[in-house]
Amino acid sequence: MVEAILFVLMAISAIAGAVTVVVARNAVYSAMGLLGTLFSVAVIYVVQLAHLVAAVQVIVYAGAVLTLFLFVIMLIGVDKSESRDEALPHQRAIVGGIAGAMVLLVGGVTVFGDFDWVPAGSTINANATNGTVEAVAAPLFTDWVLAFEATALLLTIAAAGAIALAHHRRRPS
Amino acid sequence: MIDPGWYMGLAAVLFMIGALGLLLRRNALVMFMCIELMLNAVNLTLISAGRALNDLNGQVAVFFILVVAAAEVVVGLAIIVSVFRLRATASVDELSELRG
Repeated sequence: MVEAILFVLMAISAIAGAVTVVVARNAVYSAMGLLGTLFSVAVIYVVQLAHLVAAVQVIVYAGAVLTLFLFVIMLIGVDKSESRDEALPHQRAIVGGIAGAMVLLVGGVTVFGDFDWVPAGSTINANATNGTVEAVAAPLFTDWVLAFEATALLLTIAAAGAIALAHHRRRPS
Repeated sequence: MIDPGWYMGLAAVLFMIGALGLLLRRNALVMFMCIELMLNAVNLTLISAGRALNDLNGQVAVFFILVVAAAEVVVGLAIIVSVFRLRATASVDELSELRG
């Protein structure tokens, strides 16, 4: 029962945040909408006993990534709003209408489509996927250790790439 | 205990909203946020599926997606900033240098 109530509340706020990201004219509002969605999804993770992932979601996404977004928005300028002129008449209204219909269709089919998410003959065992630090770290450092090292390399390359891109070379003129 | 289909449905709706935002918006930053939205929807799917199948590997996979998303944001925002320095715009419609 608690799970159902939390799910409904968090689903509403997650979708509201997602819609804000898309429709807000000001990029700062989009970032705030994204923040709301990230927090709501983190709560849903906790409901599903993915504690560590929820904490990492809040720290990395809501903390680091969104701050980076806000920094870049401030750097580029918040007052520059997107041009509203359209190449085709009523382009956005038509596409938006089709888009909304597709969102409802996909969501409805997924929820009410009578798929067997839980395999026949098995039941959800909450203890098997209780995502404590210990439980998640065990497969991460045994089965997935090669992928883990590869992500370390990826992060190093990404940091080096960002520095190389941001480095402002004086043009010889 | 509610049916995992509800979580899958929420993830599908979030993914669709992100995909549509990517198609509708022209501000490179907002498009980036929509990509994050889609990645989040996939993470939600993985965690819900992992729970339904009694498998912890779903949560491990979410970790790797988080790392890749962070790396992607770092490089992508650096590219947006350096494009902005050159062209003084973040609108993808203005960036037509590679148009065929």
